[in-house]
Amino acid sequence: MEAIAGAWQWLTTGANWAGEKGVWHRLSEHLWLSGVCLVLACLIALPVALWLGHLGKGGALAVNVSNVGRAVPTYAVLVLLTLSPLGSQGDWPTVIALVLFAVPPLLTNAYLGMREADRNVVEAARGMGMSGPQLLLRVEIPLAYPLIMTGLRSATVQVVATATLAALAGGGGLGRIITAGFGNYNTAQVVAGALLVAVLALLVEGALVVADRAFDPMRGQRRAGRAGRGSSRTGARTESSTESGTAAGAAPRTASGAAAAEGQGDDVVAVRKLT
Amino acid sequence: MQGSENCLTANDWICGEYVRTRGQELMDATLQHIGITAVSVLIGLLVAFPLALIARRSRAAAGPVLGLTTVLYTVPSLAMFALLTPVFGVSASVVVTGLVLYSLTILVRNILAGLQAVPAEVREAARGMGYGPARLLFEVELPLALPALVAGLRIATVSTVAMTTIGSVVGYGGLGNLIASGMESLFKAEVLTASVLCVLLALIADGLLMGLQRLLTPWTRAQRRAGAGARRGLRAVRAGAE
Repeated sequence: MEAIAGAWQWLTTGANWAGEKGVWHRLSEHLWLSGVCLVLACLIALPVALWLGHLGKGGALAVNVSNVGRAVPTYAVLVLLTLSPLGSQGDWPTVIALVLFAVPPLLTNAYLGMREADRNVVEAARGMGMSGPQLLLRVEIPLAYPLIMTGLRSATVQVVATATLAALAGGGGLGRIITAGFGNYNTAQVVAGALLVAVLALLVEGALVVADRAFDPMRGQRRAGRAGRGSSRTGARTESSTESGTAAGAAPRTASGAAAAEGQGDDVVAVRKLT
Repeated sequence: MQGSENCLTANDWICGEYVRTRGQELMDATLQHIGITAVSVLIGLLVAFPLALIARRSRAAAGPVLGLTTVLYTVPSLAMFALLTPVFGVSASVVVTGLVLYSLTILVRNILAGLQAVPAEVREAARGMGYGPARLLFEVELPLALPALVAGLRIATVSTVAMTTIGSVVGYGGLGNLIASGMESLFKAEVLTASVLCVLLALIADGLLMGLQRLLTPWTRAQRRAGAGARRGLRAVRAGAE
């Protein structure tokens, strides 16, 4: 309780918001870094994932990229990059680390979305004489949209979290408020910084949920997927596959069990949490 | 190239001398890392299981349980540890609590998915054979949900190993402490060695859990080949249902 009161007092002190070490400056650093890195990651990951998914190749790569990514600590990568010759190049260590950790969720989810697109529909579209690009733009991408958005949300939350950690390796962003608080044993500042970071992460997440619904190319036409997605962001795949499995009655337990055992069904659930 | 004695003064990335002279320090950090991870995942599992049962029981409870764990998951770890510090003081409990909260999201979801995938006929048959609710859960449903549970456990463990490093902000980060001190003194060998050990720990833990699952569910091996066929079947069934 004391800590909350202290944090409130810290947050309501105008001086803490102004200047180079103030909240506004740190927030703008945070948002600028996150935004740039997210765009870069999308430019790298999405074309590759959509192309591989369209061709139906490279599945092992797309899935393993996030399995490997999960085992590598973000903190270690940030510090390693900072100590490397790149460390003297300003924000580059942070930018590279952020992009590195945003690519796996984008790549894996977009690829799985493309592969999960109903093959019958794709075949039918091909039979109607659609060319490769038409098929990709008008059929596969709209069908893959839910998982592409899941990947985008995972990547965004990942980037916002990693940008916080950049402070540990001497970078900017809101994390600096927390590390500075730890540095001079100022609990009020630590809690205030943590609250700011948490609120930012939740706001970004909420904004993406709204954007996801607003831009869905098949709004209102997707029943099963919608139900799964409405209740949760990351669990869409696990849940929807379970639902359709039970709905089909014949529910081959071995199938869902085996898929889960190989970690495929659950990749999307936890592609993200590294930081 | 310098000799191995000089790699410390030359601040090389790879330095055998560092591993030899600081072996004890590395060992202590690794043990702390393993300890924090193991305790967190075990507590996470103990908490997640009842939560998954509650979520399965009623749809009204499932929403808040899944929603809350998802919200917790969104909070960046540095902020999570910082928020828990005034509650527990600067101690290992801060790190363990944060990691438990994170592991819940994955574990609850996977346990729930595993339990829900148990075919209704199997449940009926067990009930017909006179199984009570507890025996049904532990002897029929849990073994059948085990592959999904272990899959979740593997993901939770691997990401917990990686996230433990951030515990270094309160001084309980296992190998993360070495990364932090290496960062401060610009000691490359210390940072690289600790990072590599951390990745190795994650991979070893993942492998061990995979082995454990094979041991616990011998029947899935025989069904693996059949499973591939059935999965194709499921996809077809799913396509037909939509």
